[in-house]
Amino acid sequence: MLKLLVRRILLGFATVALVSVIIFAGIEILPGDACTAYLQRDAQGQRLENCRQELGLNRPVVVRYLGWAGSAIRGDLGLSANSTKTISELVGDRSRNSLLLAFCTLLIGLPSAIFLGVLTGLNRDKPIDLICSTVAICAMTIPEFVSATVLILIFSVWLAWFPGIVMTSASAPALAFFPEIILPSVVLAMVMTAHISRTVRSSIIEVLESDFVRMAILKGVPYRLMVFRHVLPNALLPAINVIALTIAWLMGGVVVVETVFNFPGLGRLMINAITDRDLQLVQAIALIVAVIYVGVNLAADIVTLLLNPRLRTSMMRRS
Amino acid sequence: MREGAGHSAPDSKLLGFWHVMKSMMSRPSGLIGVILVLLHVTIAVISPEIVPYDYKKISNILMLSAPDSSHWLGTDQLGRDVLTRVLMGGRQAIFVTAIATPVAVMWGGFLGIYLGLVGGRKDDVMMRIVDALLSLPWILKMLLLIVTFGTGQTVLIPTLAFFYGIPVIRIARVATHDVVSRDFIQAARARGHSLISIIFVELLPNVRDALLVEGAMRWSWMLLAFSSLSFLGFGATPPNPDWGLMIADARGFLVVAPLAGLAPVFALSTLIIGINLTADALAKTLGVDRARKASPA
Repeated sequence: MLKLLVRRILLGFATVALVSVIIFAGIEILPGDACTAYLQRDAQGQRLENCRQELGLNRPVVVRYLGWAGSAIRGDLGLSANSTKTISELVGDRSRNSLLLAFCTLLIGLPSAIFLGVLTGLNRDKPIDLICSTVAICAMTIPEFVSATVLILIFSVWLAWFPGIVMTSASAPALAFFPEIILPSVVLAMVMTAHISRTVRSSIIEVLESDFVRMAILKGVPYRLMVFRHVLPNALLPAINVIALTIAWLMGGVVVVETVFNFPGLGRLMINAITDRDLQLVQAIALIVAVIYVGVNLAADIVTLLLNPRLRTSMMRRS
Repeated sequence: MREGAGHSAPDSKLLGFWHVMKSMMSRPSGLIGVILVLLHVTIAVISPEIVPYDYKKISNILMLSAPDSSHWLGTDQLGRDVLTRVLMGGRQAIFVTAIATPVAVMWGGFLGIYLGLVGGRKDDVMMRIVDALLSLPWILKMLLLIVTFGTGQTVLIPTLAFFYGIPVIRIARVATHDVVSRDFIQAARARGHSLISIIFVELLPNVRDALLVEGAMRWSWMLLAFSSLSFLGFGATPPNPDWGLMIADARGFLVVAPLAGLAPVFALSTLIIGINLTADALAKTLGVDRARKASPA
């Protein structure tokens, strides 16, 4: 058991290390470097040479990678080309805001996802299931900027219930983001609900067809008791991995929603860094997002492993 | 309840294209999906011939005018006819994704089948790289390339095809694992068939269904990516009509001219929903279960 956990954690670290190499190599291959971004039009001849000398860009690639990775581990992500703040300071506020947005989204999305998933799973192929499943397909595939535009039009322009744009500055206290954070959370929650409820639905259906549920029905266990005691605990386990994927997506992939609502999260910082060609900052954000992705997935695997004795033994036998 | 891709393949090989289409269209959602997709593709092809106005003709008298008998959906902030631009707004998106999707499915599919077949060290190393690439948000990877190399179609198509092929590797590999230990593969190996012939003759027909369904889903995700990029200003370039771009433009004028925003919203949504309903019906017809693998791209 312990051996299995250690193996899984080591694998996580290996993935992060590999991602860091890919990020560094990717930025390296693209034309331009920190000095061309910093000096912009003056980036030529002696000045460029001096700048590169100063930042140590003339050292061999491997040495620079090790230097970058080493200081990243210590929490020092270097300097941004266009800001006087260090990257760690810039990223700190933004990560907190992204976390806040993710938290609000989960608060709205998770209960509704599980409720809808269970409802449709238990009523498979009945009208309610067909309606909910079709709506779920629509919700998870319509681009976020489309649903955001419609929601802004309805709730902000026509009804004037919620503000349609975030005006709070990045470093404001968390509570200052209410009620501005509501609409972006709802947009994200719609996508998330659709994904998770589909997974919950199919795993409920699978559990309902398993031998032990049939046995419970044959034994005459009351329906309600059977659902809560036998079906739900078994059906919700596979959802943990999808929830983890969703959290990772909320932390790094919501550039579009953040742009639409002007929300000062990691995604918008990333897009600004890319358009400003602030490669140091791009590198740092990419690394953070990747670490979150790997970390959340790792946590989900460990939780599933701890909660599911069957998986535990079968995986031990395999390893 | 779950049929593996491998089990259903031999039967569906007997069913021709029309058979599959008929079975898909026997479901109401599949019928709606197929009709929506065909309608959109037809409009994209013939729209330059049927639109009432020039899509880039600017007018400073007609700015943001309400719908009337000459401009059915009104005009946008530059006085351009919204109906014309909505009808033509899917052309570039459909063109780019219709080329990029098959390319993505093909290269991802072949690599996945190959890795699933050979296994071992090669497979381990490649899958670690795939995992690592998937842990970066799609928009970061794509924007880096687009910002560096420009927003033309010659950049967008290969970029989309490359990044959207990576998840296909996984799907194809898993589908291959379901078949690779079966007798006929062992037999082909024992007969001394080459790797290439095993892939094409034995494996491809068996993972084809999974790849087809995956391709349909990839198409919708690519459209989503392309229009999101356009919305952010990195996809289609003005004055070309594109739904994502139009929605971005209309956002500032929603109070005055909601139709300039709602029309492209409606067009884009119906196309994407159509593709998804089609993909869903295709999956059910071919017996490929993909609800469990659904995850944000």
